[in-house]
Amino acid sequence: MVGSETTYTPIAMPKRKWEVHPGRNKFYCNGRIMMARSTSVFYFTVGLIVITMGLFFGFDCPYLAENLTPAIPIVAILLFLFVMATLLRTAFSDPGVIPRATPDEAADIEKQIEVPNPNNPTYRPPPRVKEVIINGQTVKLKYCFTCKIFRPPRASHCSICDNCVERFDHHCPWVGNCVGKRNYRYFYMFILSLAFLCVFVFACVITHLILRTNEAGSFLDAIKQTPASIIEILLCFFSVWSVLALTGFHSYLTASNLTTNEDIKGSWSSKRGENNYNPYSYGSICKNCCGVLCGPTHASLMDRRGVVVPEIVTPDSTTGSGQPSPQNYGATTFTEPREPDEMNDTKEDNSKTNLTLVTTVDSNNIDAVCNETIAATSQPTSPIVNEMTPVSQTSLVFPTVNHLPVVVGGETEENNRNNVMHPLSPPPPGAHPPVRPFVKHSISQEMDTLEEDSAMGLVKLSTV
Amino acid sequence: MLSQPGTEFNMASSHHPQNQVLDNIPRQVTSKVFIQRDYSEGSGVKFITKFPTDLEGKIEHSTFQDTIEKLNSMFAEAEEVGSRSHCEGCLACLTGYTIFLCLPTHYQKCLKRIARFVQEQNDTIYVPRGLMITDPMERGLRVIEINILRQDT
Ligand SMILES: [Zn+2]
Ligand SMILES: [Zn+2]
Repeated sequence: MVGSETTYTPIAMPKRKWEVHPGRNKFYCNGRIMMARSTSVFYFTVGLIVITMGLFFGFDCPYLAENLTPAIPIVAILLFLFVMATLLRTAFSDPGVIPRATPDEAADIEKQIEVPNPNNPTYRPPPRVKEVIINGQTVKLKYCFTCKIFRPPRASHCSICDNCVERFDHHCPWVGNCVGKRNYRYFYMFILSLAFLCVFVFACVITHLILRTNEAGSFLDAIKQTPASIIEILLCFFSVWSVLALTGFHSYLTASNLTTNEDIKGSWSSKRGENNYNPYSYGSICKNCCGVLCGPTHASLMDRRGVVVPEIVTPDSTTGSGQPSPQNYGATTFTEPREPDEMNDTKEDNSKTNLTLVTTVDSNNIDAVCNETIAATSQPTSPIVNEMTPVSQTSLVFPTVNHLPVVVGGETEENNRNNVMHPLSPPPPGAHPPVRPFVKHSISQEMDTLEEDSAMGLVKLSTV
Repeated sequence: MLSQPGTEFNMASSHHPQNQVLDNIPRQVTSKVFIQRDYSEGSGVKFITKFPTDLEGKIEHSTFQDTIEKLNSMFAEAEEVGSRSHCEGCLACLTGYTIFLCLPTHYQKCLKRIARFVQEQNDTIYVPRGLMITDPMERGLRVIEINILRQDT
C-alpha cells in the first residue's frame, strides 16, 4: 500500500490543533470559533430573528412606547440580546468533542480486544463493547471505529460532524453545531428565551394592531398604516408553536436529566423493563435542572489553539546527517497514493484531505513499518527489525482494566449490527477486498505479535 | 520509500549512540502505559487506581496510587455540583454567558492546578524513576499516559 512515489513535504510553520482537526468542522478566528461544516441554516436562523426584530423595532416599538409604556422596547432589547448571545454561544462553542485517540492509545486498545482470524473472510469480529455498571444500571460503552476509543457513557458519534461528542444531545442544523455537554445549557437558554421573545413580540404586535384599529376605525386602515406588522405576525405565528413545543420537550429532558438521543432511543424508558431507570438522574426535578443548567462549566478537551506537537515515531529517528529533523519528520504531510478501495473513507469529500493525513501520518508509518516487518520476518536479525523494536514496545504495555466487566463475546446481534451499520464504520467483513479498518486491525495484530517476539529476542512465525 | 526509513534508522543508530544527550524528553520514551477512565460512578472524570503490571518494579504501589487518587480528587473538585457551581452558572446566565469571555471558570482554575501538580509529581517522583506522566488534558481526559523513559547509563 505504500508506493515508492511517497513524498514528504516539510511544514515550515507549526500548526495549531484546529488546523489538523479530523472532524468535519469549520473554524474561524484562528480556532476560537468552531461550527459544523454546513452553516447555511444557521445564517437563516439568524436572519429570521434579526429581520423580525428589526421590523418590530422599526414599526411597532415607537408606537407602543408612546401609547403604552416605554418598558416594551427595553424588555424587547434585553430579550433580543440574550437570545442572540445564547444562540451565538451555542453555535460557536465546542459542544464537547472528544479528541481522537493517538496511534499509541489505539494500539493499546487493539491489544485488549480479541482479534479475528485474518485468513477467514467470513469471520465476524466480536462486537466491541465494554460494560460498566453505573448506579445499578448496566451501560454499554461502544467502540468508535473512527475515533478509536470506547465512547464514554452518554457520548455518541455525530455522523454530520464526524466527532464523538460527550453527552451528545442532537445535531442541530438551526444553530449550525452539535448540541452536547458543553453547549446544552446555552442551547436550552436559547430556545427558552426565544420562546419568550416569540410570545412577547406576538402579543405586542397584536396589541399594536388593536390599538391602531380603534384609532383608525377599521382593521384595513390599521394594516395600511403598519404593513410590517402583518409580516411579523405571520413569522411569529408559524415559529411560536414549534419553539414552544421544543422548549417544552427540552424542559422535560432537563428536568429528568435525559438527552434527546437517549429519549429517542428509549434507553432508560420504563417500557424496556421494570428496572430500567435513568442512572444519571440526580433524583429530583430541581436537582436535575440545577445540575444540567448550573453545573460546572466544563473545559474544552480539544485545545484548539494549542500547537501540534509531532508524535515521534521512533526514539531513534535521526537528527543531522542531512536527514530531516525529528520535528519535521513527525509533522510531514504524507501524500500517499491510496488504493481505490481505501477511498470509501468518508474523508473523501474532505477538502482538507492533506491536513487529515497529517494527523494519521504516524499510523500510516506504522502500517508501513509493519509491512516491512512482516516482509523481514524471515531475517529476524535484520537491522530493520531491530530498529523497529522501540516503536513496537510502545504498544507492548497496556493497563489492566480487568476490574471493569468487559464483555468481549456475549453481545447481541443488534448491537453488532449497529456498529457495522454506523455510517462511519466499515462495511461487514465479508466484503471483498477487506477495507481499511479491518486490514489495519489484522496487521496491527501481526505487528503486535512480532513486536513482542523481537522484544523478547524470540522469533516466532506463528502468525500469517 | 519503504527502504528509506529503514536506512534512515540504521544511519541514526550508527551515527548517534544511545547515550547521546537528547534535548527533548519524548524522544527517549521507550514504551507507554495507559491508565483508563473509571466510569463506575458515572461520566465524571475518574481514573482507575489499579496498579498496572507494566510498572511493576519501577515505582512503589502506594506512591502510584497516591498520585492517581490525588488526581481523581482534584478532578472531582473541579466537577463538583454544588452552591459554587450554581452561583457561577447563574452569574454567567445573567450576563448572557459573556462573563467567561474574560474570567476563567472554576474548572479552568482547577485544570491549571492539576497541570502544576502533574509537573511537580514528575519532577520529584516520576522522572527520577525513569517515568513521566502526561497531563490527562493533553490526551482529552481519555487516559493518563505514563511514559517509560529509556534508562541512560
Ligand atoms: Zn467517534
Ligand atoms: Zn454534529
